[in-house]
Amino acid sequence: MSTITLQIVVNGKTHTVEADPATPLLYVLRDHLQLNGPRFGCGLAQCGSCTVLMDGNAIRSCSIPVQAVTETEITTLEGIAQDAESLHPVQQAFVEEQAAQCGYCLNGAIMAAVALLRRNPDPNDEEIRNDLHGILCRCGAQARMIRAIKKVKG
Amino acid sequence: MIPQTRRNFIKTAGSLTIGFSLGGIPLFPGVFSCSGEIPDTTRSSSSVNAWLEILPNGNLRVFTGKIEIGQGIRTAIAQVAAEELNMDMEKIEVVLADTDRTPNESYTSGSRSIESSAMSVRHAAAYARQKLLDLAAKRLNTSTDDLWIKNGKVGHKNDKKTVSFNDILGGHQIEDEVNLEVQLKPRADRKVIGKPVPRQDIYDMAAAAPVFVHNLRFPDMVHARVVRPPAYQANLKEADETALLQQFPKLLKVVRNGSFLGVISKDEYTSIRAQEFLKENTTWTVSEKLPDIKDGGLPEYLKSLPAKDETVVDKGNISKANADTSWIKASYFKPYIMHGAIGPSCAVGLYEADQLYIWTHSQGVYPLRETLSGMLNMPMENIHVKGVPGSGCYGHNGADDVTADVALLARAYPGKHVRLQWSRHDEHAWEPYGSAMILEPKARLSNSGKITHWEYDLWSDTHSTRPGGNPGRLLPAWYLDKPMTDNSDGYFGGASRNAEPYYRIPNQQVHTHFFHGPLRISALRGLGAYANIFAIESFMDELAEQAGKDPYDFRLMHLDDPRAKEVVEKLHKLTSTTSHPEGTGLGIAFSRYKNNAAYCAIAARVAVKDDNDIQLQKMWAVIDAGETINPDGLKNQTEGGMIQSASWTLKEEVTFNTQHITSRDWNSYPIFRFDEVPEVEVIIIDRPEAPPLGAGEAAQGPAAAAVANAVYHTCGKRVRRLPVNKYIKM
Repeated sequence: MSTITLQIVVNGKTHTVEADPATPLLYVLRDHLQLNGPRFGCGLAQCGSCTVLMDGNAIRSCSIPVQAVTETEITTLEGIAQDAESLHPVQQAFVEEQAAQCGYCLNGAIMAAVALLRRNPDPNDEEIRNDLHGILCRCGAQARMIRAIKKVKG
Repeated sequence: MIPQTRRNFIKTAGSLTIGFSLGGIPLFPGVFSCSGEIPDTTRSSSSVNAWLEILPNGNLRVFTGKIEIGQGIRTAIAQVAAEELNMDMEKIEVVLADTDRTPNESYTSGSRSIESSAMSVRHAAAYARQKLLDLAAKRLNTSTDDLWIKNGKVGHKNDKKTVSFNDILGGHQIEDEVNLEVQLKPRADRKVIGKPVPRQDIYDMAAAAPVFVHNLRFPDMVHARVVRPPAYQANLKEADETALLQQFPKLLKVVRNGSFLGVISKDEYTSIRAQEFLKENTTWTVSEKLPDIKDGGLPEYLKSLPAKDETVVDKGNISKANADTSWIKASYFKPYIMHGAIGPSCAVGLYEADQLYIWTHSQGVYPLRETLSGMLNMPMENIHVKGVPGSGCYGHNGADDVTADVALLARAYPGKHVRLQWSRHDEHAWEPYGSAMILEPKARLSNSGKITHWEYDLWSDTHSTRPGGNPGRLLPAWYLDKPMTDNSDGYFGGASRNAEPYYRIPNQQVHTHFFHGPLRISALRGLGAYANIFAIESFMDELAEQAGKDPYDFRLMHLDDPRAKEVVEKLHKLTSTTSHPEGTGLGIAFSRYKNNAAYCAIAARVAVKDDNDIQLQKMWAVIDAGETINPDGLKNQTEGGMIQSASWTLKEEVTFNTQHITSRDWNSYPIFRFDEVPEVEVIIIDRPEAPPLGAGEAAQGPAAAAVANAVYHTCGKRVRRLPVNKYIKM
């Protein structure tokens, strides 16, 4: 393993990091940039806990090497709101609906919803369910999350 | 970072600290008794006894020995304190389980945090109110009847004069204990209890604040990984450390103790790569294989194991009727299922100057400290365990084990914070599962369709092997140079939770048969209640049909408790006033959790397609948990309980081969995904006059039976074996 210097754009800022280019993006975001939004859940692209946006599309940061994102713009949960004091409408709706229990999967659900609403501002129930297929929640908070996402489109 | 002790905070200004006399008479059931799962062996060693502290700025700090695991306990506890002291929620800080700061409340388990911890805080807050009013009355030379108290101030009703808590305390640090005469605020005056106060931690999580133990970061923190054996019973013969260090020259440390093998690195990904490398470059001897069981053969295998038999219920006269052949019989099976936390277990440890500091999402910081003390042969007072929220665990998962891993690694690498998060494979293959169970009810009906005789046999492994001071229950301790093993039985009693039906049946026997099965097992949400209620309530559906009765009427015929009847009747009204699409069927079930906690009746509606594909469309619950502290919290727990239980029931089964567990990720152990989740609706029957009852596990059992009964009423196939999706096709 050898490290190289890489530049990545995260939440609108360019960061220079020293890392093995094969390092999954998730560890760079969490350990180098100290971000809390994306979380390790499986490392296998099965659960969605690590979801971030790459040029606006939801991707699994646990399964993409950092060197593959140097030409893109990455957005994490920390970067979706307009400013540090406010929440994105999806975040706001999740808080209003109290759409979480333990909240470990919350990052994935919110990021997947942000990406979905960007492509489809008025998704129906089925489209929401199908689109969030890749996000696992073990507490059973999905029913509330669906309500929250519908609220945003309304 | 050395954790501050409570006493350091209050050096300079006045304060009022309220505790309970440990030798005193319990004010209400549960406060000082065991967790309901295993005997509380550690409580008496506690010297930290404060539940509540009035701070100089008029704010309030509340101490709970419980941990937040997504159940919203932090909010509920703040609500009861806010109520009794008339304070805004923002002025209340809740300190979670911490061996240096909070009372010892053993485990956060058994749906008991409201019943015990929140009620302790409520009484301490009510007592603090009385105490502050007394002190203020003396100072203002008036009677307490003329005073009001709100947000850290006390004032006179007839003039504008107010005094702050700080004035009242006058720089004194007062420590007091709750006595028996404490008066709670009357029901009519309550403004916060019973309100759907939103959880601040949900805002924090949505806003990406560092809420979890997984988010802890310390200066110069290092990352570790542990290489688990290929089987439960295995010894490490050889690990190629030379090749490892050639490949990863920047590794800080390789820790080997017997067959326990770990790596530590500055960079997390390096530790992960080193862990993967070692998996391929170590040799092990497997000393004991798992049994070779053909597909579908698990119930027969488990029944063939030696068992410890006991009759736990014996009412009326069963033996006289036994010769009769008119018994209706059925046999049900529930497989091993897993907790399956979405975030694999994680802990941080620091060993410095003979002291070990631990950050963990364990459900029991005090029992864990005692157990670590045994594993490490270290005095308990040198170990400091702080509870930090983790991913939802739903029982005893890998939380204690990963902490034991970290304790071993931190001691081998002193002076730095060592962080370890398990891999998905670690979590799936090494957590302790909920036991498989076989349930065999039989019953006789009278001519009028009433149950006259009931006999129930259950086969199960233990339902709790929480550490509880026994180092042999910590996974890494099995593999140390001097291995520690556990030959005790654990908490078999959990198997018979809800084994006795809550119905009036004159002649009844319940027999338990305890085996030691092949897999590692421990407490999973509801313990035996999930499988017992699945079996009993499925069987009630079978009996109702035999008796020619409607499933609602049949249950009501056998219920005496008016609160039980009310949840069933309310559910009946709800489902009969809803229109259901053509081709769907309804199933219902009822139980009172533990036969002494929350009442819950659940209905499920399914559609079954030609190829036996089950679509679970909607679930309804009516729940009575006594006085509701936070109705939205109770709804959230009940909605989630139904969805999780439906996932267990339809999809889940831990599989294994002769080597080890083969359910190793979310593909080999699938759970509900978004497109499979039903709509849910929860109705609460609030009883402000009654004590609050544990509710977090109340939905698990009835949800299972409601789904199974709905399948039968839709397609005519009786579900006797879980998971439904697999066995309905066989």
